[in-house]
Amino acid sequence: MGESNILAIITTKNNRDKVGGGVPIFYADSQEEMEEMSSLLARITLAMVHDLENGIKIIVRH
Amino acid sequence: MFEYSRMFIISLLLGFLARAFMLRIDYRQFPSYPHSYAIHLTLGAIAAALGALVIPVLLEKEFIAVTFITIAAQQFREVRSMERESLAKIEKTELIPRGEAYIEGIAKLFEARNYLALISSFATSLFYYYFGWPVAIIGGSISAYILHWFMKGPTVGDIAEVQLADITFKGKNIGIDEVIMMNVGEEEALEVWAKEGIGIKIIPKDEDARATLANLGQRQAILHDLAILMGVKLDQGLQHFSPLARLDIDNGTLNIIFIPQEPDELFIKEAVERIPVLESSQRKPLKDRIGRKAAD
Repeated sequence: MGESNILAIITTKNNRDKVGGGVPIFYADSQEEMEEMSSLLARITLAMVHDLENGIKIIVRH
Repeated sequence: MFEYSRMFIISLLLGFLARAFMLRIDYRQFPSYPHSYAIHLTLGAIAAALGALVIPVLLEKEFIAVTFITIAAQQFREVRSMERESLAKIEKTELIPRGEAYIEGIAKLFEARNYLALISSFATSLFYYYFGWPVAIIGGSISAYILHWFMKGPTVGDIAEVQLADITFKGKNIGIDEVIMMNVGEEEALEVWAKEGIGIKIIPKDEDARATLANLGQRQAILHDLAILMGVKLDQGLQHFSPLARLDIDNGTLNIIFIPQEPDELFIKEAVERIPVLESSQRKPLKDRIGRKAAD
């Protein structure tokens, strides 16, 4: 089992208070854009999308 | 021809055939045809030659030669590290790796098989010395078969009951029953899991099996073999379809979720049952008094 790293955070603009730190954060305008963006980022980085179920998605490499 | 040539040749042949008999290709495609075959058959022949030499050497009272045989036998240790190295190297190219425990198991097996060839040819020459060649051939074959039979380890079907299960969905989390196994962040991926995903429950038959199934190496071996037998829909960049094996820590059931290429439920069950239990992951807590008491 290797360690897992958070590569990026994707969320909508109204969730600004919930995210932060040293990871790239992407703000989407809508739910659809968030879905699309997270998918693309996961494919590009060969990582996986996880949903924290509070409007925040993270890209994690396992 | 030298004095013991007939004894030597018959023993050598039988030992070599024993090695060849153990070297058959199955779904694991290992050893890879044909170059690994050449390597292992040659080494098997050398091992058989060593075994065949023991009796003639003793009859000639050449006791120093026995020490040479032990030195030669050391070479077979190299086989293990050779197999380990080559398998570890190709590990990176596997979508679902074998895992270190499985590699170690395979490497150990290839070393051991040379010794089995050696013992078979030694037994043959022993039979030849006492009873002549017809008995030598029959006795040698039987001892080779017995050795081979003894080396057969248990399979998952022997230590556990395999059942197919439905995947449960809780929000973005998927799993089996109460066990959450994976958080899938993409709607599309969740739909695929709902449509094509299959869950497997491997229920251990006793405490020994429970401890064995909990081993990470064993789990990885099950996933690897399952992926070969049933195929998995998986690629780089599609990590959300990775097959997973997670334990239900309350009762020791091993839960597996995966997306097969061939969703043939009967054969999936059979495939899991046929997967070998790794030597290195076998645990036997019930063999000890304390383990037995604790299991009550």
